[in-house]
Amino acid sequence: MLSKRIIVCLDVRDGKTTKGIRFKGNVDIGDPVEMAKKYYEQGVDELVFYDITASAEGRDIMVDVVDRVARNIFIPFSVGGGIRSTQDMHRILDAGAEKISVNSAAVLNPKIISEGAALFGSQCIVLGMDAKKVHKSERIPSGYEVVINGGRTYMGMDALEWAKRAEDLGAGEICLNSIDADGTTDGYELELTGLISSSVSIPVIASGGAGKPEHLKEVFVEAGADAALIASMVHYGWYTIPQIKSFLKDQGIPVREVI
Amino acid sequence: MIAIVNYEAGNLTSVSRALSHLGLVSKITDKHDEILGADRVIFPGVGAAGKAMQIIKEKGLDNILLEVVKRGTPFLGICLGTQIILDESEEGNTECLGLIKGKARRFPNLGLKIPHMGWNNIELLRMHPVFKGIDGRAQFYFVHSFYPETQDNKSVVARTDYGITFASVIANGNIVATQFHPEKSGKEGLKILYNFSKWDGME
Repeated sequence: MLSKRIIVCLDVRDGKTTKGIRFKGNVDIGDPVEMAKKYYEQGVDELVFYDITASAEGRDIMVDVVDRVARNIFIPFSVGGGIRSTQDMHRILDAGAEKISVNSAAVLNPKIISEGAALFGSQCIVLGMDAKKVHKSERIPSGYEVVINGGRTYMGMDALEWAKRAEDLGAGEICLNSIDADGTTDGYELELTGLISSSVSIPVIASGGAGKPEHLKEVFVEAGADAALIASMVHYGWYTIPQIKSFLKDQGIPVREVI
Repeated sequence: MIAIVNYEAGNLTSVSRALSHLGLVSKITDKHDEILGADRVIFPGVGAAGKAMQIIKEKGLDNILLEVVKRGTPFLGICLGTQIILDESEEGNTECLGLIKGKARRFPNLGLKIPHMGWNNIELLRMHPVFKGIDGRAQFYFVHSFYPETQDNKSVVARTDYGITFASVIANGNIVATQFHPEKSGKEGLKILYNFSKWDGME
């Protein structure tokens, strides 16, 4: 039976893993390659690296991080952040990443999804979407608006419409991040996740808000997510991957056993 | 030396990195003499069947792969490499290599997410040397929208459930092929690559 995936997210700034709350006040928490190895040994199903570096030098460091991760861990991993062209995608995929996550760049230039899918296959292209709860309106009928630039810029786009469009353009997966829940550790945005997951036929990764194993259970069972992104709860040592998986298994949720 | 056949289909470096992690020498190549001269051949790939077959023909690799199989060289197909060794694929109605009798079919619409993406079990129907020592609880990483369907049940080594039951490992003589990605399936996946590197191509 297909397992629900548990994906650890590592935000990388200038080659170091960092953790922030609602995109504010980041602190460095370790070396991304060493952390990736630790989670791989623990039996995580997949990893995501978000490059939150702004500088060109930082981008080169990121390629090196991806290369070193690919030499040491043998599970899928994706890379997002600052990818604006198919050339950028090529560099990261060549360095050993499985998938590319596009977020703001895809909102500003949706063609990057179709171009990336045509060149590298849909399975390579993850749409990363940051969404924020707003009042329902004619323009935003779902009540969730797409935001970019780490939650600072409202785009006047409906999150559900954007998800469907990204699927049509060839995205292979959607990583859905709730700006309201991100960094709170109070649980995922279940309504948003359920809405998108039931409306597209590609897998949906829930992101933002995980603080304890019960939150993963909720988002799998109540919102139908295919995968769940976690960060703080493992980075800060509150839980290990085997603890989370063992809880979920006891709750009857299919997870990959750590052998 | 293990030749990793380069037909510009997706992430070939991940296979070579997994092999080098295991201390195995490999080369990503489309050169006919290097492929024919290799001790073993890995045929990986992701992407669309039509485009893949077009490039394979342009590079003249179709006849080379046929010759590799005829010579008895151990041959491992991965993902798309498992589909295009069949006679044909429903993906763009593509005529394929015909190394194993069968066709690649599209998953029916059963309300499940397509692609079938993530970790899933395999049920071994018979023992195969490349699967020696694999833990029965192990799961492997899949990502695909089409699946292999062989004409002959004897070619099916393992099957997997995703709405339907499909052949996730197929084999015939010196060919073995996995629909999942052993190079991305953690330690049990690496074990399969290691076993392949020791396999003499006989069942």
